[in-house]
Amino acid sequence: MKPQRSLEIGTGLFVLLGFAALIFLTTQLPGSGLTLGSSETYRVTAKFDNIGDLKVGSPVSMAGVRVGRVESIGFDVSDYRAVVALRIDRSFDQIPEDSDASIQTQGLLGGKYIGIGPGGSETFLNEGSQIEFTQSAIVLESLVNKFFANFASQGGDKDKSE
Amino acid sequence: MIAAALGRSGAVVLFLLRVLRQCGPALARPGDIVQQVYNTGARSLVIIMLSGLFVGMVLGLQGFDLLQRFGSEDALGVAAALGLLKELGPVVTALLFAGRAGTALASEIGLMRATDQLTAMEMMAVDPLRRVIAPRFIAGVIAVPLLVAIFNVVGLFGAQLIGVQLMAVDAGAFWSQMQSAVELDDVFEGVVKSFCFGIACSLIAVYEGYHAKPTAEGVGLATTRTVVVSSVLILLLDYLLTAAFLGR
Repeated sequence: MKPQRSLEIGTGLFVLLGFAALIFLTTQLPGSGLTLGSSETYRVTAKFDNIGDLKVGSPVSMAGVRVGRVESIGFDVSDYRAVVALRIDRSFDQIPEDSDASIQTQGLLGGKYIGIGPGGSETFLNEGSQIEFTQSAIVLESLVNKFFANFASQGGDKDKSE
Repeated sequence: MIAAALGRSGAVVLFLLRVLRQCGPALARPGDIVQQVYNTGARSLVIIMLSGLFVGMVLGLQGFDLLQRFGSEDALGVAAALGLLKELGPVVTALLFAGRAGTALASEIGLMRATDQLTAMEMMAVDPLRRVIAPRFIAGVIAVPLLVAIFNVVGLFGAQLIGVQLMAVDAGAFWSQMQSAVELDDVFEGVVKSFCFGIACSLIAVYEGYHAKPTAEGVGLATTRTVVVSSVLILLLDYLLTAAFLGR
């Protein structure tokens, strides 16, 4: 009976360890992963002209502090703009209603995130409210293109004047 | 040559169907499966954890060396996590499993065949597929994904050990960049791969053992073929699955 017992304990330990590892991988690794005991949140939407490569799960931050994440990204056919739903933690429920949302980049080549700049209103964002003032993603490629186009045309002008 | 290869792969698929049909009845005897999970899974734990640690440490060193040339050593966590989750974890674990547990399975079953134990079972109207093959197959399919998860966690710890402790990558950047870049889909991809590899490894091992020539040489040959066929199959499946996941 003794070897049978140790066999069962060994197997149980192995399976337990395996599942613990699996749970660690699914909950701790992806920032947007399954969260155990999710805290209270509320949902706010914002419309952008261009969201760049913003992804579902990208962080939403205010003054550099992470306050929530992007829940879903949709497209509004009536005005051809992207509709981004943000899920913001309930502990940050005093964000003025006229705050602005802008899509920014972490570092030079890092991922995109949404930065919220506070407004001055006395009323606060709440479940279902929409952020009116938004600023689109700055697409680096188009910026570089514009710069070179400018550069080239200036160079051309100089050639002509000489 | 081609006809032989086709015939063999057909035989393996037919054998899989026969084993799957016996899996239901085999589940009625969980004791057998527990015994086999212990033999194949729990006893592979040490080699899996050691290999995971070293693979993670190598990933930490190589990743750091490569990334620091671009001044982005903060991305080491992302590189290590994605490399382990999607490729190295499932593939290396499955290869080790084929070598550690697959060979043991094949030679055990082959020896049962050679010493007429399987025939004796048939004489007693006990289906060896149900009593011997199916529990081992199920145990392998259970064990591989768990081993892969353990391999990944230990590997991450190894990469963290080298990157953060030795190479002084910022621990906060290491973990936070990893968390923001790794998606649940990446974890899912690794789990799907490990299930497929578990099925492939276990199937090849029990097939080769069951169909071994009942001689000492036949058992040896079955063991060798288990390693060769499962390794090739794992790498082939890995390519196909990667292509399928990238194409989504």
